[in-house]
Amino acid sequence: MLEKKVEQLQNQRKDQLTMVVFSNDLDKILAALVIAVGAAAMDTEVKMFFTFWAISALRNPKKKGKGKDIKSKMFGAMLPHGISQLKLSKMNMEGLGKDMIKGIMKHKNIASPEEMLATAGELGVQIDICEMSMDLMGFKKEEMIDYPNLGYCGVATFLADAGESSIQLFI
Amino acid sequence: MLATEDLKSIEADKVVDARGTACPGPLLAVKQAIADISDGGIMQIMSSDAGTKRDVPRWANKKGYEYLGDYEESGYFVMYLKK
Repeated sequence: MLEKKVEQLQNQRKDQLTMVVFSNDLDKILAALVIAVGAAAMDTEVKMFFTFWAISALRNPKKKGKGKDIKSKMFGAMLPHGISQLKLSKMNMEGLGKDMIKGIMKHKNIASPEEMLATAGELGVQIDICEMSMDLMGFKKEEMIDYPNLGYCGVATFLADAGESSIQLFI
Repeated sequence: MLATEDLKSIEADKVVDARGTACPGPLLAVKQAIADISDGGIMQIMSSDAGTKRDVPRWANKKGYEYLGDYEESGYFVMYLKK
């Protein structure tokens, strides 16, 4: 009886990875992208939910949101304008540490966060942005990057997707 | 798993040289190249990333391909798998 129940529960889980990306630290975003791309290479379906600070990593520095109030403009000015501007969570040293890490990554043929994001897009990794956080931070949809599988959603979408995933992560 | 001697005598249908990339680059290269060989075909993978040596067998296992084995050359690893 119990065995049957366990089997039933197991069967509800898909070969799917659902990830909450909360941080906009360069190192954490990098970890999230490596896991996402790796999972996609393993043919696991990948769904990334960008919320709170992490949304700033998906801004296109060349685009601007229209009709922002003063607080939204302040948030917009203070947060990174896209993935290239993210800082390290440790040893950032006013950007010196970040530049060093990026130099080492290049030397060791590790893909840059920008490249990794593009690869994720090619592999069909879904990125959904939390609508509520967008609103809170004062970000507009028109200032986000052009990503092939980009959507906007609420917490219920995340919960539904996480519930049917065999792996769930919070980064 | 085959012995190094046996592996070296295999003639691969497809060679994937992923020595220029780091994780998860080699795995991506393998995934992309597998489409180029038919069932029963053999792929040789070269990677300088030690982690790939553990990743590829796991990937192969998941996909239902047979991992034949690996050996080390100077500065890189050579892996074989059968589709």
